Amino acid sequence: MAFIPHTPDDIARMLATIGVQSIDDLFDEIPRGLRAGTLGVPTALGEMELGRLMAERAAGDGRPLNFIGAGAYEHHIPAPVWAITTRGEFYSAYTPYQAEASQGTLQLIYEYQSMMCALTGMEVSNASLYDGASALAEACLMAVRANRAANSRRILVPRTVNPTYAQVAQSIAGNQGIVFEPVDFDRTAGRTLLAALEPYSGQDVTALVLQQPNFFGCLEEVDQLTDWAHRNNILVIAVVNPISLALLKAPGEWGERQGGVQGADIVCGEGQPLGVPLSAGGPYFGFMTTRMQYVRQMPGRIVGRTVDVDGRPGFSLTLQAREQHIRRSKATSNICTNQGLLVTAATIYMSLLGAAGLERVAAASMQRTADLTAALSRIAGIKPAFSAPRFHESVLILDRPVAPVLGALSRRGIFGGLDLTDRYPELGNALLICATETKMAADIDAYAGALADIMNPSRAAA
Amino acid sequence: MADLQAREPLIFELSRPGRGAVTQYPPRVAGTADIPAHLRRAAPPALPEVSELQVVRHFTRLSQMNFSIDTHFYPLGSCTMKYNPKACNTFAMLPEFLGRHPLGPEPQGFMACMYELQEMLQEITGMQAVSLTPMAGAQGEFAGVAMIRAYHRARNDLGRTEIIVPQAAHGTNPATAAMCGCTVKEIPCDANGDVDVDALKAAVGPATAGIMLTNPSTLGVFEHKIAEVARIVHEAGGLLYYDGANLNAILGKVRPGDMGFDVIHMNLHKTFSTPHGGGGPGSGAVGVGARLRPFLPLPIVGKEGARFRWLTERDLPQSIGRLSGFMGNAGVNLRAYVYMRLLGREGMVRVAEFAALNANYLMKRLQAAGFEAAYPTRRASHEFIITLKRENRLYQITAMDVAKRLLDYGFHAPTTYFPLLVPECLLIEPTETETKEELDHFCDAMIAIRREMEQEPEKLSSAPHTMPVRRLDDVRAAKQLDLAWKPAA
Amino acid sequence: MSNIPSDLRYTKSHEWVRPGSNGSVEIGISEHAQGALGDLVFIEVPEVGRAVKAGEACAVVESVKAASDVYSPVSGKVTASNSALATQPELLNQDPYGAGWLFRVQTASSLDDAALMSAADYAKYLADEAH
Repeated sequence: MAFIPHTPDDIARMLATIGVQSIDDLFDEIPRGLRAGTLGVPTALGEMELGRLMAERAAGDGRPLNFIGAGAYEHHIPAPVWAITTRGEFYSAYTPYQAEASQGTLQLIYEYQSMMCALTGMEVSNASLYDGASALAEACLMAVRANRAANSRRILVPRTVNPTYAQVAQSIAGNQGIVFEPVDFDRTAGRTLLAALEPYSGQDVTALVLQQPNFFGCLEEVDQLTDWAHRNNILVIAVVNPISLALLKAPGEWGERQGGVQGADIVCGEGQPLGVPLSAGGPYFGFMTTRMQYVRQMPGRIVGRTVDVDGRPGFSLTLQAREQHIRRSKATSNICTNQGLLVTAATIYMSLLGAAGLERVAAASMQRTADLTAALSRIAGIKPAFSAPRFHESVLILDRPVAPVLGALSRRGIFGGLDLTDRYPELGNALLICATETKMAADIDAYAGALADIMNPSRAAA
Repeated sequence: MADLQAREPLIFELSRPGRGAVTQYPPRVAGTADIPAHLRRAAPPALPEVSELQVVRHFTRLSQMNFSIDTHFYPLGSCTMKYNPKACNTFAMLPEFLGRHPLGPEPQGFMACMYELQEMLQEITGMQAVSLTPMAGAQGEFAGVAMIRAYHRARNDLGRTEIIVPQAAHGTNPATAAMCGCTVKEIPCDANGDVDVDALKAAVGPATAGIMLTNPSTLGVFEHKIAEVARIVHEAGGLLYYDGANLNAILGKVRPGDMGFDVIHMNLHKTFSTPHGGGGPGSGAVGVGARLRPFLPLPIVGKEGARFRWLTERDLPQSIGRLSGFMGNAGVNLRAYVYMRLLGREGMVRVAEFAALNANYLMKRLQAAGFEAAYPTRRASHEFIITLKRENRLYQITAMDVAKRLLDYGFHAPTTYFPLLVPECLLIEPTETETKEELDHFCDAMIAIRREMEQEPEKLSSAPHTMPVRRLDDVRAAKQLDLAWKPAA
Repeated sequence: MSNIPSDLRYTKSHEWVRPGSNGSVEIGISEHAQGALGDLVFIEVPEVGRAVKAGEACAVVESVKAASDVYSPVSGKVTASNSALATQPELLNQDPYGAGWLFRVQTASSLDDAALMSAADYAKYLADEAH
């Protein structure tokens, strides 16, 4: 029996110690009528046979050339990242509640928190949330708790914010009376206009969500929008891409210094680009950073540095009184288990790349996307949608429905991008493309060649 | 005795300007793409500048400061620290699964695994449908309570906003109810550790949305009167939510659907052995009966003929919505699938049997050594509680002291101070993957600690002695907040 | 047996009330309460000028093991808050009835109206609760 080490001799001795005749006697408190019958699940497989089955299924899924972004990004993951992360001491350790037995994990999280503060330009970080979308939901709940001056439950969410994030925020935070108001975007530029926010000046609003780069890959005018929000006692929730922060102004620096403070108030986002593989959608991790003044409103675990009885430095979970296991119904969140293993990978990734390496990744991704956009726009029937500067994604408008084109590309082993038709019907036949540093010039040529062929089939290739 | 790596500097302290792991950098790409000046970062972020070997050595040494299942017996009650099979990781990390973007055409191989996982979880729990999308137990609970609320709203029964929770419940339960906009009504348990049925009868009414229960309870005992509890709540118009944290105790023996539960969340990182990872990622799959099926969180794997596809809002218009950016912790679910295929029908039935055998054996041996079980007349489920309240009175030592001293003996401590109801308690869950010898070693350590309690209690109150750090100042950690390393100004 | 000054009044949620002059009262938490919480690490007091209702949560006291709400025993307006507790929460542990006071309220209600216990009744309440 898989993984159960007991020999018949072990069993006999143990039953004798307990004082029962059989293992079945141990379940005598369960009413007979409730007992399950035979389980209708497949018979056991050994590791070898299961390995063949999994290999076949994987082979069937193959390894297409990927140009989809939309919240999950393909980056090179250095070999040491998962070699170390899958060490049993990290992989099979539990939440570091017994601090003395978990200094490795705790110090790692402290280093992670420090790096996220450095990247986002903020003062304090938590130890992770589930993913970027749920991190935004938690940030919205936190903003309502933190913004006493506004005493409101209304949050402005520009339509340039990832639509799935907005949906998840609604699913998670909607039950607590929070109202999300969409804000439209400029069709030419592809970003949020200050004019669209002005009607909310002096109104009952607690927070403004700003995604940078936005879902279209375009750069928002974060300074101007942040200043507007702060003038109106509205907290700014920044949703950011961690790789882009190697090149982009950190959210802690957005806007002007007002009353001794500057920048976004709460920062969150998806940490997956930092050393976490795409893996069909998860596990990823959400990050959240903020100002020290809001630290007690921040959900999730936090590691602090302290000393032991001998004065030696050490690390432990702190501010636990806010969390579910103590505060129960008044907790900042119900979150318990978070995404520890992914934080491990991300911390190792950030240590290996450093600021210099991240800048190279960001710059290469930006240039590759620019090259891909240019190459595809040269094809008849395709043009870029927006004029604003962009990071590593762009939107193209096609002269025909996108889905069949993507289907044709997929049959050639290329995942060409995300069809935006359902999410943004007003844009028409829109396609969101992404090229990271993993794409070489030859890959871009392959995509452009295939797409040209699909859009305008030559007489020879019938 | 434990033998862990001693202190390791912060990675920032190992950093030197100009150092870097250059083989990891992508080639420079010529071109003119640039960020407008006013949006550009002014100074690079203060990340470490270290060599690749420094990184490898630093994080390897950090790992060596941890206790883990791979290295130590880890009887943490309510956490189910069983062996995490390596095959689960190896197969989940096959390059085709690992490199797959979630928004491309549905990967049929991966989806086949997910679909079969849904089916197996349905079968094991006796439920009608499963969603794999919640990313941890707490999110699974959220989904469960949100579905209960949605069910009542859909029937225009808007007054049902109360969730009943036993006093012994895990903290996530009332926290979740509050997150869903419900109020919490706590009910006591009786002297045997069962839900107080009279208190329950008084507590239900037209405002009752549902009850959140776990069975076996957090006290480590099977709810005798579960059929009656189900009847009382259903008759009052409420629904039953099952917290599956203790599923390891009944896997293959009893099915929550058969006990009358309408919704269950499972902790795949407990019962189905996905890695604890130092604090996640978990997976909180939810299963429902027919009543709650329309409200399941999205997406779910559907099958049309021979093809698998994601079911969306079009398929389930009454869904409580999406809880994650994509489809939950896909890689964790894949590991759970591998585990369940390795166990198979034969192995799954044995899980609860040997979890119970190990727990009852350990409880009997500790009782024989003079320790007091909180519920001595009850069978242990897959875990049991020892209370040290008598020892606390006699020797002034606490459960925390014993927990810390166990570290010196090379064992991770059991869970302490949960459930809150039992004073100075240790909640002990050995799991089915431990040998009898390991359990005997643990008993030997506890017996030695008992002797120390009587003769040298200071050894306990100042434990641990052999860890990389001694007992940490938690008060200072919360008062003088040092939560991030900052570069010198 | 914890210290329970006889000139104060007490609530079931362990707040104490010290009547002052002209309807002003001072409020804190009892020695029993601070002992149960343990070393306090953070205290949040209400802003001066805030209107409070009897039974409303208006302060938070936090230790490493718990974070508890403090409820105003009377309705009125907050006239003062103990700002020393922001940097020295331990004052409340050391001197819960003196330097560890939390806030003052200007109230129109009589202390006899509010559900306040005498020192003797509070002592009995604590003894009963211990069972």
